[in-house]
Amino acid sequence: MQNDTLVEVKNVSRWYGSNCAVNNISFQVKRGEVLGFLGPNGAGKSTTMNMVTGNLAPMAGEIFVNGIDLLEQPQDAKAHIGFLPEQPPLYKAFTVDEYLRFCARINRVTKTAIASAMDTAKQRCGLTQIGKRLIGNLSKGYQQRVAIAQAIIHSPNVVILDEPTVGLDPIQINEIRQLIRELGDEHSVILSSHILPEIQTTCDRVQIINQGELVYHSSLKNLEQTHPVDCLLASFKKPPTAKELEELHQVESVELVDNHQFKIFFDPDDSPAETIVQASVANHWSLTELTPQQKTLEQIFVDIISSDSASKQFESSGPYDEDRAA
Amino acid sequence: MIFTIAAKELRALFLSPLAWAILCAVQIVVAFIFLQDLSNYIDQQANINPETLTEGASLTVIAKMYATVGFMMILVVPLMTMRMIADERRQNTLALLLSSPITSRDIVLGKFAGVMGFFTVMHLLLTLMPLSLFMGGWIDSGIVSANILALFLLLCSFSAIGLYFSTLTSEPAVAAATTLGTLLLLWILNIVISTADGFSWLGYLSAQNHYGVLLQGVFSSMDIIYFLILIFLFLILAIRRLNYERIQL
Repeated sequence: MQNDTLVEVKNVSRWYGSNCAVNNISFQVKRGEVLGFLGPNGAGKSTTMNMVTGNLAPMAGEIFVNGIDLLEQPQDAKAHIGFLPEQPPLYKAFTVDEYLRFCARINRVTKTAIASAMDTAKQRCGLTQIGKRLIGNLSKGYQQRVAIAQAIIHSPNVVILDEPTVGLDPIQINEIRQLIRELGDEHSVILSSHILPEIQTTCDRVQIINQGELVYHSSLKNLEQTHPVDCLLASFKKPPTAKELEELHQVESVELVDNHQFKIFFDPDDSPAETIVQASVANHWSLTELTPQQKTLEQIFVDIISSDSASKQFESSGPYDEDRAA
Repeated sequence: MIFTIAAKELRALFLSPLAWAILCAVQIVVAFIFLQDLSNYIDQQANINPETLTEGASLTVIAKMYATVGFMMILVVPLMTMRMIADERRQNTLALLLSSPITSRDIVLGKFAGVMGFFTVMHLLLTLMPLSLFMGGWIDSGIVSANILALFLLLCSFSAIGLYFSTLTSEPAVAAATTLGTLLLLWILNIVISTADGFSWLGYLSAQNHYGVLLQGVFSSMDIIYFLILIFLFLILAIRRLNYERIQL
């Protein structure tokens, strides 16, 4: 049976003592979807990841992987999951080949399929040249790649990556992002990261968790619609005063960036671009740049977290210590 | 699955210098003791009237060697078992095992089989010494087999205990220290028999007593069962502890 919802998390909660790390979270991930998981430190990201991968039992709620109950049939459900924890789980005394073979075996890859599974994983992660080398002697970036290869060796339906690009150089980061996009075509991917542009470029959907609760949840395509452009960046060679700009029709307010650049805010439904161009021609301001400012994920993230934290400051006893859970 | 983990564990053990160092040290020390006992025995034999001789080489040399080896294992087993789970936890590789489709039972039994693979190698090397006596005289093969079985059961039960303590912590040194303490206590419990009234039942718990009986060539099911209980008890405790890992508070 082709099941389109590969991961389903229903009302999952988790406490550490009296500290609530994850509070009543629900979400779904469909086949062919990359879900970005964001949150400040100690928000419960790793706890959630550990629960979805079966490393940690939730205290309430249900988790289904590929339609299989993770709590009732953990072994069958786990066979569909590939997990890259925050700390790469590597046996440093093993060679890359030995390590990957062991990972393939414990993930139920049949003996006959192991060689091809290893080749595919190594090729995807750029490890073909270093199969015979000891993992302990590899650089951090290569170790990270080996850890990613481990997560995809049994071509699981669901790949869960906790901060996969830590310690990689910019070229490797690009390769890994591309790999994540490729994985997203056939598998479901859950990706946690602190690097917001990374989420923006690789994910279809994003959810933000703060203090154990999902506070934001939207597809990146919707981002544009729910947060429409309400600001233009304009540069002039012979700039007018801010007051002159503000007096223009449709302009709501103006913010000076530097002597030649302005941020012009307006009502999203009524762009003043045309008016600005005409005014520039008429008054010889020599317009050199006029760019719509898309609200970035980063701004949304900061907005949500700061407003959420402010409202919760007096309810919560303090952030939960994520390191201790690891 | 158990076999996969056992093979990986055995490989990891032999990739570390610790395993080779222990094999080497144990072999040298035991060889010294064995040689000393053997030469004493040969010296005495010249002076003793064969008709009053009650114990042969099988007991005076071989059983004595195994008794010493048994005591040495109190020090050796913790060194080998301390890293089994504790190190996986410290290196964050436990997540790899826990998120794979394998049960805690597979992990514990695999690791147990792996470390027993190592101890079997050590056991074989040590057994070469008593076997060499077959070339020079009449040796009671029954006693020798009982000794081999005794050491094997002792290694199994000690390893199970060490494995359990390794599941409790992320510090191999802590696992080693607690295992050492427990094994030592288990070993010396038999002195209670002679010192305190009413507590003689504690003596039954002493590993040394049961081990000693087997070394004399007495194959009593009571002693075998004692070791089997130890093995099962601590393996089950280890499996339970690893399951509990996921529900930790």
